[in-house]
Amino acid sequence: MSTDTTAAPRESHARAWEGFGWGFAAKLVLMAAVNAVGLYVAWSAWDVEQWGVLVVSLALVAVADVVYFSRRRLAGKYIFPGLVFLLVFQVFTMAYTVYVATTNYGTGHNSTQDQAVDALLIQNERPVEGGATYPLTILISDDGPGFAVVGESGEVLAGTAEEPLAPVPGAAVDGERVTAVPGYDVVDLPTLLADTDLQQDVLELRVPVSEDADDGSFRTREGSRATVYASSLAWDEDVQTMTDTTTGTVYRADQDTGNFRADDGSTLPVGWRVGVGLDNFTKAFTDTNYSGPFWKITAWTFSFAFLTVASSFLLGLAIALLFNDTRIRGRAVMRTLFILPYAFPAFLSALLWRGMLNSNPDYGIINSLFFFGQRIEWLTDPTLAKLAILGVNLWLTFPYFFLVCTGALQSLPTDIEEAARIDGAGRWRQFRAITLPLLLISTTPLLIASFAFNFNNFVIIYMLTGGGPRFTDTSAPLGHTDILITMIYQISGVQGGSADYGLASALSIIVFIVVGAVSAVAFRRTRKHEEVL
Amino acid sequence: MRKTTLSVAAVAAVALLAACSGGDPEPAENAATEEAAAAPEAAGELVIWVDENRQPAVAAAAEDFTAETGVEVELVVKNFEDIRADFLAQVPTGEGPDLTVGAHDWLGSFIVNGVVDTVDLGGQESAFEDVAIEALTYDGQLYGLPYALESVGLVRNTELAPDPVPATFDEMIAEGEASGAKLPFVINTAGADGDAYTYYAFQTSFGAPVFVQNEDGSYTNEVGMGGDGGYAYAEWLAEHGQAGDGLLSTDWTYDIANQEFADGNAPYTVAGPWAVPTYTEAGIEVAVDPIPAAGGETAAPFVGVQGFYLSARSDNALVATSFLTNYISTPEAMQALYDADPRIPALSEVAEAVAEDPVVAGFLAAAQNGAPMPSIPEMGDVWDHWNAAEASIISGDAEPEAAWDKMLADLDATLNG
Repeated sequence: MSTDTTAAPRESHARAWEGFGWGFAAKLVLMAAVNAVGLYVAWSAWDVEQWGVLVVSLALVAVADVVYFSRRRLAGKYIFPGLVFLLVFQVFTMAYTVYVATTNYGTGHNSTQDQAVDALLIQNERPVEGGATYPLTILISDDGPGFAVVGESGEVLAGTAEEPLAPVPGAAVDGERVTAVPGYDVVDLPTLLADTDLQQDVLELRVPVSEDADDGSFRTREGSRATVYASSLAWDEDVQTMTDTTTGTVYRADQDTGNFRADDGSTLPVGWRVGVGLDNFTKAFTDTNYSGPFWKITAWTFSFAFLTVASSFLLGLAIALLFNDTRIRGRAVMRTLFILPYAFPAFLSALLWRGMLNSNPDYGIINSLFFFGQRIEWLTDPTLAKLAILGVNLWLTFPYFFLVCTGALQSLPTDIEEAARIDGAGRWRQFRAITLPLLLISTTPLLIASFAFNFNNFVIIYMLTGGGPRFTDTSAPLGHTDILITMIYQISGVQGGSADYGLASALSIIVFIVVGAVSAVAFRRTRKHEEVL
Repeated sequence: MRKTTLSVAAVAAVALLAACSGGDPEPAENAATEEAAAAPEAAGELVIWVDENRQPAVAAAAEDFTAETGVEVELVVKNFEDIRADFLAQVPTGEGPDLTVGAHDWLGSFIVNGVVDTVDLGGQESAFEDVAIEALTYDGQLYGLPYALESVGLVRNTELAPDPVPATFDEMIAEGEASGAKLPFVINTAGADGDAYTYYAFQTSFGAPVFVQNEDGSYTNEVGMGGDGGYAYAEWLAEHGQAGDGLLSTDWTYDIANQEFADGNAPYTVAGPWAVPTYTEAGIEVAVDPIPAAGGETAAPFVGVQGFYLSARSDNALVATSFLTNYISTPEAMQALYDADPRIPALSEVAEAVAEDPVVAGFLAAAQNGAPMPSIPEMGDVWDHWNAAEASIISGDAEPEAAWDKMLADLDATLNG
């Protein structure tokens, strides 16, 4: 670090500031825009009470200002946008997955306890049997809203939340509907529809039919009709209990499982999300319905990913070597044709193959063309289904390695091979000792990437076999060709069955650790290949 | 200069951050993302999720509603298949819609997840087909406005089989064989996956409903497929399966079954209204009848009901209910929904009007034999086991009784485990 101010040959770019120029003006405008957007996000977050988003967006704006207005932090200026992407798209997603994995989020535990209470109260407030529906007039006074209806003998009844319905003298009636009640203002429907706060008050208003609470209370759902409803559940927030008012059963909030539970063990249908620690991880490994399939599926996932990469690399390489020979004519056309399977969307090809592999030779072209019309159960026999998946995936993947190997072969220095030939190395020796090692340097990272991709190759499994044929020794709806990612999909319940997002997230984390570990080890080994040079 | 480029990148980065953290950086043109930003200042605005088919009909009703009440209605077009999962995930966060279109068998999971509110039709229930109201009723409460129903029926190629369908499966097969077509009968088995839905009418004719029904037609959560009826049905599948006389086959996917029928290779098939255009476009004249019984009882197919659900966390529940009960449940709106997406209307008055079309009348008659598909929460967990068991029996891979027992045990483990 030089302290001599007169000679500063390595003055940093950021310090070579010569005053405000056009560049600075442009920066000012852009940073103003960044700040505006950031503050808008913070404001929206404030509106919907998303405090996490609020804090993070404010922090990011502050850091952006510091980084770009400071004369130092040159490195920061380059990496800040990338870090923001990393934070939002990677770190946040992973942290959220970890969080979900430690909860019982899933069917029946979809949200917070408050929402579960609301939902239970909604579900258990029902119209009183035989209760009629009355044309309703909504009233408003200083004490709040009230209802007025025409009683059975033609008298006008009015009441509020505190005062049960009672006859009011001096009210005006038009047909079946009350038009004026002394002491109240009448709210007409357009006014009601324009006022959301009043709508909430009206929806929440229950006007008791009489002094006896068991008679139920008038309630309206859409503002022009009133029906008598009675609630069969009572929520006591202070002691956290739900009481069934018809049977007297008391359900206590159980914060360990996220349910309302009675003493006899019965629960109310709607529960809420609670933390369950590492239970989901334990379940993945110990629950008999999952642990058996889990190990089988893990083994098949590894063999599937490895065999796919190995077979398609070897086939791709072989064809690439073949077409690298200048004596073959029409190489350009042939190469294009070989790449075609790669150009089709994989899910379409998989669906087509599924049809072609139909075991009935009348429908399945594979059996009718290549197997003399024999009936071969490609998709329903456990072993054949695995073979079918590997075969179809080979067909889908080899063009990629063909492409990659062709490129790599063309960039290999020819002089080394020439030297080997002069030294008397045979064709095989040349390939094994020179071409292959040189090729692997550039293709190994791609092999690892392909392994990681196929480890999570959802499309081919889902489209070709749907995981089937099913295991017969477990009750979990999983099959012989399921890989971990399709197992996670099945458990997450997106498809229809009951969902267990907690367990699905826990399994995702396990898959992430496995793929991460395999990739790390493999990349470490790649360095050895580089020592060849 | 380099600093400027970086700032541009930063703007883009922060803008993206903004976009994915919930708030929209600017009033978006895209309706699908717009609704995600819950806008509390838009007082009295209804958000409704619809699918593409029904969008025009709901839009017409919404226009009337807006003209008469001044309440703006925003329609968000979504894939029908995505609505269930999205509704479950987004209602609790407050970003769900006020109303959504949906299928009645989603109701169970909507209830245990607490995302759906009850609907009070104010005495109009009797104007609807009973099966439609039943389907959207759970534990005595109505959760949604039904608007259409659908079920499979027996579709007949009138050239190969001019006479109305006989009452039993065996008679139908005899007629089918007499017709000289390549196959006497074809049915979608969803390939090796199995399709208990399409086969269900045959199962109920053996007296083995998927769940035991109460007197009033509602379902208990007790599996009804065990017992003699269930085993008889399993035996029947095996008898006609690939190891038996081969009348049923797991080689038939939806497409293959439709193709065989459209090619005139089979006089009879079990299919829903959605498949009929495939046949008529191929030049096949069709008639629709109730499904013949294979066992001793009435063959009752599943009736699916489509309707509108009200979110449990709607900020505009009053306006939304008013829209449903006063603007969608009118004959005009129901007719518009039928015109936009021809399913049997749930409103009896409209159903009778459109039943002038013999194909619609046939499906209506088939549906009137049927029972609503259970909407109890347990239903979602049944399909996988049920389909697989049927497929393994039909293909001859498993002994009927053993496969049926395995299915019952799996269901017990899944539902009560």
